[in-house]
Amino acid sequence: MAQRPTNLARRAGLGLIAPALALVIAAALSSLLLVSTGDDVGGFWTTLTTKPENRNIVNILNYGLVLYLSGIAAAIGFRMNLFNIGVEGQYRIGAFVAAVVAGEAWLPGKANIVLAVLAAMVAAGLWAGIAGLLRVTRGVSEVISTIMLNAIAGLLVGYFVQKVGVSTGVSRSTKAIPEESWVGGIKLFDGVPTQLFGLALLAPVVGVVYYVVLNKTRFGFNLRASGASETAAVASGVDVKRMIIVSMVFSGVIAGLIGMPTLFGSAHNYGSSFQTGIGFAGIAVALLGRNHPIGIAFAALVFSFLQDRAGLLNILAGISPEIVAVTQGIIVLAVVIAYEIVRRYRANLERAHVAQQVEEVRA
Amino acid sequence: MAAGVDAGKATESVRVVGITKRFPGVVANHDVSFAVTAGTIHAIVGENGAGKSTLMKILYGVQKPDEGQIEVNGKPVTLSTPADAIAQGIGMVFQHFQLADNLTVTENIVLGAEKLHGIGAAARAEILRISQAYGFGLDPDELVESLGVGERQRVEILKVLYRGARIIILDEPTAVLVPQEVDALFANLRELKAQGNTLLFISHKLDEVRAVADAITVIRRGTTVDTVTPASVTSRQLAELMVGSELPSPSTEESTVTDRVLLQLRDIEVLDAAGRPELSGIDLTLHAGEVLGIAGVEGNGQTELVEAIIGMRKASRGTVTLGAEDITTWSTGRRRELGIGVIPEDRHRHGLLLDSPLWENRILGHQTRPPSVRGPWIDRSGARADAARIIAEYDVRTPGIDTSARALSGGNQQKFIVGREMSGDPQLLIAAHPTRGVDVGAQAAIWDHIRAARRDGLAVLLISADLDELIGLSDSIKVILRGRFVGDFDPHTVTPEQLGSAMTGAGSD
Repeated sequence: MAQRPTNLARRAGLGLIAPALALVIAAALSSLLLVSTGDDVGGFWTTLTTKPENRNIVNILNYGLVLYLSGIAAAIGFRMNLFNIGVEGQYRIGAFVAAVVAGEAWLPGKANIVLAVLAAMVAAGLWAGIAGLLRVTRGVSEVISTIMLNAIAGLLVGYFVQKVGVSTGVSRSTKAIPEESWVGGIKLFDGVPTQLFGLALLAPVVGVVYYVVLNKTRFGFNLRASGASETAAVASGVDVKRMIIVSMVFSGVIAGLIGMPTLFGSAHNYGSSFQTGIGFAGIAVALLGRNHPIGIAFAALVFSFLQDRAGLLNILAGISPEIVAVTQGIIVLAVVIAYEIVRRYRANLERAHVAQQVEEVRA
Repeated sequence: MAAGVDAGKATESVRVVGITKRFPGVVANHDVSFAVTAGTIHAIVGENGAGKSTLMKILYGVQKPDEGQIEVNGKPVTLSTPADAIAQGIGMVFQHFQLADNLTVTENIVLGAEKLHGIGAAARAEILRISQAYGFGLDPDELVESLGVGERQRVEILKVLYRGARIIILDEPTAVLVPQEVDALFANLRELKAQGNTLLFISHKLDEVRAVADAITVIRRGTTVDTVTPASVTSRQLAELMVGSELPSPSTEESTVTDRVLLQLRDIEVLDAAGRPELSGIDLTLHAGEVLGIAGVEGNGQTELVEAIIGMRKASRGTVTLGAEDITTWSTGRRRELGIGVIPEDRHRHGLLLDSPLWENRILGHQTRPPSVRGPWIDRSGARADAARIIAEYDVRTPGIDTSARALSGGNQQKFIVGREMSGDPQLLIAAHPTRGVDVGAQAAIWDHIRAARRDGLAVLLISADLDELIGLSDSIKVILRGRFVGDFDPHTVTPEQLGSAMTGAGSD
């Protein structure tokens, strides 16, 4: 097994080529687009390549960690071949429920936080479970049902905010969380008022749990087997219907955490200004990160970085910040294509390698 | 007997010479040669996996052969895409209909061929003309969703005629039809023939083939064995050509059959989605140390039988008992834990995670048992060590346990599955076509393992279409036909004629 290390190195190398290729393609196409619209390409790149201010680094980390949670939520579904497009709706349900529970403050101080976070997980998990149940009992594609559930979640939450919320002057939102139940920030740089959300630390914890459960447990094996080949999983005794419901619920449970860092760290209530779109971004992040806990972290940071720079583009180079959304979109498209090319190349390479080794044994 | 091949060239619609097609690790077709006389119905018969589908894909331009030539109407042609085949007047009617339910007959037919007669009255008139010419009796304006299976098939045939096909390939056209519809189809085929079309008819139902074909080419293990006329052979002889008649002497090993009953099926009935019985009245008793062979032409209930035993399909009636346990209502997982090993019929769909490394494939089907798991945790080192043991003991040719299953050849994949299913002390081994698509060396090894399992006191249910295999390994043989057992045979005394008759329902002649 002398060639094993080089083999491993080659595998790892191939794994990195795809995302690198995707980023290069996205950079090239975005530049081309800017040239064709007569925008300042130089300014675009200067803005993107300048080291962010300390304040911006904190923002990038905050948003990146939230995106990470969203990416993991989507990745759980993907590993099972379930396209949970509903992370967005699940996260809004979760954030709303947590805001109400925390706002009511039935428990004092830190216990209130724990209760609210658990409530968010349960609510979002159940909401995602609806799609799993529909898929298993009625054969409804989870793509369709989660998209619809997103719309319903948005309207439902909006309705209840009006119903149970309090007026904040300009609009309505849930009751503010009492200050004793806020989660303080973590100071990263001296003299910078922006701090890292305390609950953003949930992200690395979730990442580790995701990795361990998926790769080290029987449940994770069954989940991956069901995703890799449903027929083989059924024949091997996995109850795939149960797995569909369970993994949908787990995906939702993690989605329920997405809103927590912001809710307890800065917003302190849930209203119409609560950030949206994180659930959809999570799908892209999971794709770019290949559903791998480290890959998703990298992808979340890339997306978060681009998002942060978008505002500056307008100010410094006079470029519409929407170009960043275009770039993110191209990255996702390019990455899907690049992964498929690399996957095929790798499969052929391995097959040739096996054939050659077997020939040597025979000779 | 090779009359068709030597007939005059001018009257040949299709001539295939020396076609070979390789896939990594497998030769799907090698040296396939036959000729189809113009204006005849020519049948291609062979077991599933014999290479019929690959051959048809080559003729329809879906796949390119590695070697060999195709001549259409006397001229060599290269068929790179289905469009090339259609341009040569070759049309294909697939087994699984490719129709849009919510469109009318006319809309379905013109879809993709709008340039021929437009999409309006001219197209409708042409469809009506073809339908009347061949007695199809189709209403161009009817929605496809309101048509029966037989009518849908006629729409498919009309589709290829509309596109100008004069050579029509039909892939197992009777598989989806009830007997009356089969008769109607055959009447249509004869009418098509009478008007000068050439038909290539693929099937493994020998009585049907003999009823309708003018010439029959037999394919076995990827190559053409012979071309015969229906008048010159019996169904039995045809069955022998299909599955091979070189019979080895039945196993001379001493019987190890005990009187301990391991598996018992009583009056099992399995229904398909439409409520038609796929298995009915199945009774079966299998003892420890016994190999019970199930013979039958493919598609007569073998798959359903396996799935009923391992719990992938629920029996609508009857009981399944393993040892002392009534497992009728048990899940697949529980049944496998009790000690059922399965070598599945379709190893890619049911036996392997193709893109996972071998050591993870060792866990598949054994998710609740050591050495691959410890409680709720995957025992990585245990699974890896045991995968290495299987590779060594079962002579799986692979660079190592980190190689993905997909990279291995069919025979090595199968040896790995056999090794895995023999792990964890099974009481019952179900082996469905265990040597299909594997090379000769692996075949002998797998046979040895099945014999060893029998010696160790396992009960083995062997399902095969290969008579050599069944007679060489079994202690007793049951024949399955249309979802029922129709005969019991002793492999020491049975003749291939007897088995062939029972398998094809040809009666006792």
